Amino acid sequence: MAQLFEFEKPIIELERKIAELQKFSAEKDIDLSREVETLEKKVSLLKKEIYGNLEPWQKVQIARHPERPNFYDYAPLLFDDFIELKGDRLYADDQAIAGGMALFRGVPVTVVAQVKGKDTKENIKRNFGMPHPEGYRKALRLMDQAEKFGRPILTFIDTPGAACDLAAEERGQGEAIARCLLAMSGYHVPVISTVIGEGGSGGALALGVGNVILMLENSFYSVIAPESCASILWKDTSKAKEAAAALKFTAQDLLKLGVADEVIREPQGGAHYNSRQTADELSAVIAKYLVRLRTESPEALQEKRYQKLRAIGPFQEKSI
Amino acid sequence: MFKDIFRRTKYVTIQSAPAPKRTTAVGTRQEPKTVKKELPDGLWVKCPKCGEVLFIKDLEENARVCTTCFYHFRISGRARLALLADENSFEEWDSEILTLDPLEFPGYEEKLLEAQEKAGMIEGVLTGRAMIEGVPVVLAFNEANFMMGSMGSVVGEKIARAVERAIDLRLPVVIFSTSGGARMQEGILSLYQMAKTSAALGRLAANHLLYISVLTDPTFGGVTASYASLGDILIAEPNALIGFTGPRVIKQTMRQELPAGAQTAEFNQMHGLIDLIVERAQMRSTLARLLRYHQEGVQHGATV
Ligand SMILES: [Zn+2]
Repeated sequence: MAQLFEFEKPIIELERKIAELQKFSAEKDIDLSREVETLEKKVSLLKKEIYGNLEPWQKVQIARHPERPNFYDYAPLLFDDFIELKGDRLYADDQAIAGGMALFRGVPVTVVAQVKGKDTKENIKRNFGMPHPEGYRKALRLMDQAEKFGRPILTFIDTPGAACDLAAEERGQGEAIARCLLAMSGYHVPVISTVIGEGGSGGALALGVGNVILMLENSFYSVIAPESCASILWKDTSKAKEAAAALKFTAQDLLKLGVADEVIREPQGGAHYNSRQTADELSAVIAKYLVRLRTESPEALQEKRYQKLRAIGPFQEKSI
Repeated sequence: MFKDIFRRTKYVTIQSAPAPKRTTAVGTRQEPKTVKKELPDGLWVKCPKCGEVLFIKDLEENARVCTTCFYHFRISGRARLALLADENSFEEWDSEILTLDPLEFPGYEEKLLEAQEKAGMIEGVLTGRAMIEGVPVVLAFNEANFMMGSMGSVVGEKIARAVERAIDLRLPVVIFSTSGGARMQEGILSLYQMAKTSAALGRLAANHLLYISVLTDPTFGGVTASYASLGDILIAEPNALIGFTGPRVIKQTMRQELPAGAQTAEFNQMHGLIDLIVERAQMRSTLARLLRYHQEGVQHGATV
């Protein structure tokens, strides 16, 4: 059973009551179907109310759910074939980033994704989804190949941030990310970036320079972790909930701010309740944009991506 | 298109600064001055490296470089400009772009006003064109006094415009960075300024134009992970702290002790991340040499 959140408890409570009633009805052979029906309606309404009005902090919890599907869960559901390609040819193969070639609805594409682990052992292997410079250099190598062979690029963002240890500093974390930004902004192939979980700062952005930026309904994408923001603003990490609201980083916020192009629906309660259904939604929306982008010329793809970036971030000219 | 949606912030009135006169950094070591310890505050400062007590007046005259051990103190963008550019050659660009508060972030307006008064500018980067030893160049300087040089939408826009204008004018670009990173108060919009500035520099590179990045104390986070790391040539000032993650965060989150000298310019050079470490006094002449060798159609004496 999936880990439950505090805000889900009223739903679970009602569902337990229904199960009890049903059991009682069967044992004593009493017809309670009307009572059960009433409660089921109530559950359905409650779910709509709770899951339909999630606060930013609740979305953060869902986006970080240990059982939330990661890239490896989606890959077999999204692609007819996936050939993982490894290594940056310079130092190592970073397990926090996966990449390779895939067949997406009959189209060969290059795929690059950040990957968090599902348990402690896997998380240690994948450094909790926090890539080192070699991860970004692997991503860059694979994306450059996509540009060379004219293949569309699909990126999937799911990281708390780039690795923040001394080793990352020694190997040039800043430079590795910056190179990805510069390269992605100049490609002549379609680039679609999808935030599937947590989009943590520059480490997430390194895969986020798409023609199209998509976000799963309960994902978030932020310049800083809400805990760190709370620590800076109020010297109190327990105020992460307030910081989460102030940072305006939910999928719905990013749509309003002109960063995200579309929010992709998740099953009620979050992607971890049904990864297949989530993958179907992902596939349909990505396909819709890929079809559009594939009609554009290489020059237009580059120019439109540049103009999209140029338009992000409001300001005012004093003279106007 | 956002103009009508977002609330505008208030601004302090700032007198436009006069074109700076060129000053010179003294490149030779001076005899340390003997100072009595009872001196009033505000007149002197203790060098964090050698411990020497320095008169602020002497420090300013020496381009804020310790006269004893050559420790490089932080310096404002305008003061840097005065050290670098030929006299009266600077033409400032985009000084009138105003910051909005798109997220209506707690305390941002007050922080902006405070920064504007402290730094004497309306945003945290100074851009324009100038001449260095007669070579025309596009320049940008982050301002450490302005919210720790953080990059919000206006800083990103001004840098992108400066780079785009350099392409139109076919001029090289030199950016002096000093920054804590992307500006938290503008959220995701700040984060994407990293992509915006990198994209503009990609176009500069595609046009075969030179970009020299000078990293100064301190350069971290989103600025290190974007334009500051993308120079054809990367220069750092001595003892400047440069990195992606700040030392305090590494210590706290990784419970990792940093070795002495970690993340200094010298550490970065040892790890292959920086081309040159150049003292402030030599910056103008070093840049001039590099710029001249990249100038189009210029002869350098007899041809082979
Ligand atoms: Zn000293």
